[in-house]
Amino acid sequence: MGVGVQVEKLNAWFGATQALFDVAMDVPANHATAVIGPSGCGKSTFVRCLNRMHETVRDARLEGRVRIGSMEVYGDGTSAVEVRRRVGMVFQKPNPFPTMSIYDNVAAGLKLNGFHNRRVLDEVVERSLHMAALWDEVKDFLKKKSGASLSGGQQQRLCIARALAVQPEVMLMDEPASALDPISTSKIEELIFQLKEQYTIVIVTHNMQQAARVAEYTGFFLMGKLIEFDKTEKIFTNPSDKRTEDYITGRFG
Amino acid sequence: MAATGVTIPLIPAKASRVPDRVFSGAMLFCGLSLLTIVVLIVVELVLQSRLSLHAFGWRFFKGTNWDPVAGDFGALPFIYGTLVSSLVALVIAIPLSVGVAVFTTEMCPKPLRGTISFLTELLAAIPSVVFGLWAIFVLAPLLREYVQPWLAKYFGWTSLFSGPPFGIGMLAAGIILAIMIVPIIASITREVLTAVPQQQREAVLALGATRWEMIRVGVLRNARTGIVGAIILGLGRALGETMAVTMVIGNTPQIAKSLFAPGYTMASVIANEFTEATGDLYLSALVEIGLGLFLVTIVVNMLAGLLVWSVTRGMPARARA
Amino acid sequence: MPDNPATLSAKAMGPSPERSPSQQRLLDRRRKVTDRIATGFAILMALLVVAPLLAVFAYLVVRGIGSLNWAFFTHLPVPVGEQGGGVANAIVGSVMILAIASIIGVPWGIGAGIYLAEYGRGRFAWLLRFTADVLNGVPSIVIGIVAYALVVLTQKHFSALSGGVALGIMMIPTITRATEEVLLLVPLSIREAAWGIGMARWRTTLSITLRTASAGVITAVMLAFARIAGETAPLLFTAFGNQFWNLNPNQPTAALPLQLFVYAISPFDEWHRLAWACALVLIALIVGAVAAVRLVASRGMMQGAS
Repeated sequence: MGVGVQVEKLNAWFGATQALFDVAMDVPANHATAVIGPSGCGKSTFVRCLNRMHETVRDARLEGRVRIGSMEVYGDGTSAVEVRRRVGMVFQKPNPFPTMSIYDNVAAGLKLNGFHNRRVLDEVVERSLHMAALWDEVKDFLKKKSGASLSGGQQQRLCIARALAVQPEVMLMDEPASALDPISTSKIEELIFQLKEQYTIVIVTHNMQQAARVAEYTGFFLMGKLIEFDKTEKIFTNPSDKRTEDYITGRFG
Repeated sequence: MAATGVTIPLIPAKASRVPDRVFSGAMLFCGLSLLTIVVLIVVELVLQSRLSLHAFGWRFFKGTNWDPVAGDFGALPFIYGTLVSSLVALVIAIPLSVGVAVFTTEMCPKPLRGTISFLTELLAAIPSVVFGLWAIFVLAPLLREYVQPWLAKYFGWTSLFSGPPFGIGMLAAGIILAIMIVPIIASITREVLTAVPQQQREAVLALGATRWEMIRVGVLRNARTGIVGAIILGLGRALGETMAVTMVIGNTPQIAKSLFAPGYTMASVIANEFTEATGDLYLSALVEIGLGLFLVTIVVNMLAGLLVWSVTRGMPARARA
Repeated sequence: MPDNPATLSAKAMGPSPERSPSQQRLLDRRRKVTDRIATGFAILMALLVVAPLLAVFAYLVVRGIGSLNWAFFTHLPVPVGEQGGGVANAIVGSVMILAIASIIGVPWGIGAGIYLAEYGRGRFAWLLRFTADVLNGVPSIVIGIVAYALVVLTQKHFSALSGGVALGIMMIPTITRATEEVLLLVPLSIREAAWGIGMARWRTTLSITLRTASAGVITAVMLAFARIAGETAPLLFTAFGNQFWNLNPNQPTAALPLQLFVYAISPFDEWHRLAWACALVLIALIVGAVAAVRLVASRGMMQGAS
């Protein structure tokens, strides 16, 4: 079951350049929340702050508070490793491990966390691939084919399965379908629709129709600030802020 | 020369194609020189060793007796010496090179990176004789006074560290070789590690990995073919290294199990005895050793080249020292 | 039809990987410790790599600097047992041999590099590139044997010429590959601009492309030069060495690395002292070349290629 994410007064920098300004958001549990906005508005940066991937960039800095369930993400006693174990991430370009089989790709996170029991791995791999809607397509050559031998859409679903295998509570998706063809995209969207019953999903997208299709809540970012955060329906039919309206109606971005 | 509105061509309309043809022909000639050199090497080596080839045939590489006086020549002790010294060098050099490469690409703060790579490049520039000089007067006494007795005390039960500690010998040769091949293995490993895309690292981190786990699963694993290629390239260099080894290996044609014992390598025997060779058969035997060395290094370097090329996609090589 | 994950709740599919909190803490600690050990190991390796370099330099300076006096650079070697003496003939000899090597190796190497960059296509060019890489790995002593066979046997005596031939052959693959790489960095648009105004191909290659990449080519040549300046093995039976002055390339000639070798393996302390001094001079020259190369590369190449 997923948990909620609370963000308070989040500020982030790349060196001297500030990328996020006082962002505050309450991401509800077990729902999909979309993060939209024009290029460079900080939506990817925001999401990467949630699982402490932001700090892996040289000279990156951050201030503020992020809570995932009861865990203080930037608390003194919390390690980045702990956070990333509980938050899964799917990247824009599918990045399965090319030297590993499909099976090993999905099991990678588990093995890192010390699970080596064959039976446990088999079950979790199968379950994760089911959840990622990939099982039927790969079940015959799980260990024979490498992760990189699949098509683009399949690779992305493999990455989703890989992330799901460690049983995160929150799933972050950074434009997961932008590198895929329309059919794969719709499969991914269908997946998100089903996954949100079990997980809290935050999905970055530049595609407003996609946000409308899969997310119940949407946050609109502009130049590093969160302009508006509300139910998707409201954002797209009756936004409170003029800037949101301008973006929705395509006047810029 | 008043302007008359007539365009003056830079090249006369009936420009001769000859200069271009001559030039490209000259360049082709230069390019072919590479192939010519290889052919020349093979031809001369075979030609000059024909006496020995004729006299001994394949026995040459299996014989253990090197007796110039009696005119009996067997190259096995040198093959053994070359292989063992190179192996010792690899065992020492691999963790050093991969370690320093991982350190520079994954762990090192940026300003330090340039310094360390400069220092590694400098290490590569030191000539073999200079290493040999240092090995004779610094390394060998160090081994003789401290390292070898220590090894004999704790590991003497393995037959690897038995016998009197001379300082010079197979171990010294292996160590100085290791120092010499570290820069090559390290620089290619560094290239290969940098070629691993950043997304692979991020994918592993996002699963909740520690930094070492990220390096292990996301970087080293992806780069392993290239690293193996780098190691084989280092091996190729170690096999052919002459001066430093000659100066500390002890120059005794024998096959001994202990690393403390003196030995002899293929390159060293040629270096030491070529100008002293009395008689055509003697010289021919030495050239035949050179032929063997050539063939071995060619095969090893070809293998390494293929492995490294498969990772770096055949990009032109940097001017590696 | 993919399964609906809503029906595959975590509890429905058998045991999920759960642990007691203390087990988890133990595992987390072990992973953290492994991470620290790995980091420490890598740092240790870096230190162990840098240490011999510093040690070699330190010894060279300490043991060699005292012997660097005017006599060292200008006198001939004196017989065993006498003090003093110098390596003047070796320095001059090295210069002569290296000059011959450069005359042979540099034009040939650059030419081959030009061919690969400007004219080479397909399999043949691939073969040449591969050959160059492989040639780089041939032991220098084998090249020495070949030079011996080609020159020494023909002339029936040792000579600086044969030494220069050996070293020149060694320069060719290095210069070829580096020249090719540097020429390929010059954008096609520059060549096309020259062709567009009617400049002949050969002229373009020499005056435009090569000139633009000149900093990189000089770098390549200097690196190759630095590499062969310290080579000893091929000279053992080509140049052979000489106790006296020799300015005739057709005679056996002394060379600095050769002299170093002879002094180092001798049983005489006085000669050992000279060996350290030789090594210091040699290193100073080579390090100077490498440092100059780095300087030229960081400044010149950027200007040239854009």
